[in-house]
Amino acid sequence: MLLEVKQLTVSFGGVKALDLEHFRLAGKELRVVIGPNGAGKSTFMDILCGRTKPATGEILFKGHNLRGRSEVEIAELGIGRKFQKPSVFPSLTVAENMLLAARMKKDVWSSLFFRPSAAFTEKIGAMAERVGLSTVLHKPAGSLSHGQKQWLEIAIVILQDPTLLLIDEPAAGLSDRETEKTGELLLELSREHAIIVIEHDMHFVRQIARGLVSVLVNGKLLMEDRFEVVRNDQRVIDCYLGRANAQLEKL
Amino acid sequence: MKLTNSIFLVLFVLVLPVGHLLGWISVNTISVWGRYFCFAIAALGIDLIWGYTGIMSMCQAFFFCLGGYAIGMHLLLTATALQGHALPDFMTWNSFTALPAFWVPFRGAVPAILLALIVPGLVALLIGFFIFRSRIKGVYMAIITQALALAMYLLFLRNETRLGGTNGLTDFRTWFGFDLSSSSTKLALYFVSLGMLIVLYLLCRKLVQSKFGKILQAIRDSEFRVGYTAYRVLNYKLTVFVIAAVVCALAGMLYVPQTGIITPGRMDVTASVEMLMWVALGGRGRLRGAIIGALLVNCLYSLCTSWLPQGWLFVLGGLYVLTVLYFDRGFLGLFEQARKRLAGARKTAATPPVVLKN
Repeated sequence: MLLEVKQLTVSFGGVKALDLEHFRLAGKELRVVIGPNGAGKSTFMDILCGRTKPATGEILFKGHNLRGRSEVEIAELGIGRKFQKPSVFPSLTVAENMLLAARMKKDVWSSLFFRPSAAFTEKIGAMAERVGLSTVLHKPAGSLSHGQKQWLEIAIVILQDPTLLLIDEPAAGLSDRETEKTGELLLELSREHAIIVIEHDMHFVRQIARGLVSVLVNGKLLMEDRFEVVRNDQRVIDCYLGRANAQLEKL
Repeated sequence: MKLTNSIFLVLFVLVLPVGHLLGWISVNTISVWGRYFCFAIAALGIDLIWGYTGIMSMCQAFFFCLGGYAIGMHLLLTATALQGHALPDFMTWNSFTALPAFWVPFRGAVPAILLALIVPGLVALLIGFFIFRSRIKGVYMAIITQALALAMYLLFLRNETRLGGTNGLTDFRTWFGFDLSSSSTKLALYFVSLGMLIVLYLLCRKLVQSKFGKILQAIRDSEFRVGYTAYRVLNYKLTVFVIAAVVCALAGMLYVPQTGIITPGRMDVTASVEMLMWVALGGRGRLRGAIIGALLVNCLYSLCTSWLPQGWLFVLGGLYVLTVLYFDRGFLGLFEQARKRLAGARKTAATPPVVLKN
């Protein structure tokens, strides 16, 4: 078991934002987490990567308890996070963004005397090719389009070579074509990494959900099953319809 | 960019010194520019911490003075020895019976120079550790460092600190055995300051172009993202804070022999703010900008104080407002814009008008 979460709770100002009895991730699996707004999906990721401290519970990742560890230690253990709002380094170029992300020694001394090898530059080039950013490699990341920023952040997370990737709404603000490409990229990545994806776009979920889909509602795990089962489940439809989201109906 | 380099080198390596040797430029002017180079060095340090890393440190003048005081103590002790006195004058007036223990290491030139760099470095390490570990950022960082600068200023004002109180340290005679009042020593100090400025500029450029420098800029852009990319932000901030402090101390160390005096007035709250202004006006986040800012603002200061002595602060404040409103990339950004526009105008003049075909 790569990730095992037990009795995880967190409250914000008395409101229980998350109350997760159980959550497991086997290994190289792509898990999609869906749920209405405020269901606690992003909070769950925040806890996994050390941004939010849980009130109670246990998170075991590769057998290590993640509670009480800093975000750097968690990143070093092999969890990479892509945030909902694309967060790249706008004044650095695309290549420099990738350079900083790539897995290597990250202490001050090594950074002072780092010289990129030919193989390293090639690796960056290959990654840029893979996410379609090779033509803008030397442009500042701040000048990229929204979709390009999304991909750059995905590239940043992949280059860290984490065991587990946490991807928060990768398709937000992308065109249909871009969304589809993102889906292909995630499926390809799931062969070598464990991935948790949060998503609202049901077309996109249908494209990438090959295994289990977890449904979070009001901080609790409502159900966990294959997408075909989930989308026909009355409780899931209700909680989406209750929020005037007709997307599931249409499918 | 080659152009600014050449102008700088021709002006300061050739025109000024040669002009002085030909008798056109007074030794005073030479000495004044020597001091401006020290300010420019300090501005480089401030640009590293503020322009590149986005940490607004308002106590850089304090580090500048730590370097200045350390070398000042050495200069004063050698002057006292030359006069054949046992104690510096201010100590005699304050009825000290013996040299305070912490003054003793400053008798030697080498220990004094080392201490002038090590002490500010250690102080920065200590302060920085507590500030950055508590994840203090932005305006809180500015307030805390400003409070620190004020506290240190008040501390240095007191006679009990045994550093000369309000009057500071002065009455220096020699510098490495050379007479400080002779014009050849002043010219030598000018060249040492200029050389140091060039060396530090090159070093800082290397630093900001390294991966370390890129991480500093990443911290400025999006600090939390750097943490999730597995960098220990605390260590990086501490390192750059210490480097900036040492650079400022080095500037102070070169400054004091040229002015002949160091008082707590150099480290009061406005002194640090003014240093930030040099960088802001010159062009923050660019090493050249910091240098240009420090040199131009100080040049303007000496012009203003002779033309309209009451008006300097209005001029400085006005410039600052203009910078914030209209050219937020500073003088350097303004130059570049002007040059681009000039080049653009030349280009459009050169290209023949497009003839529309029917």
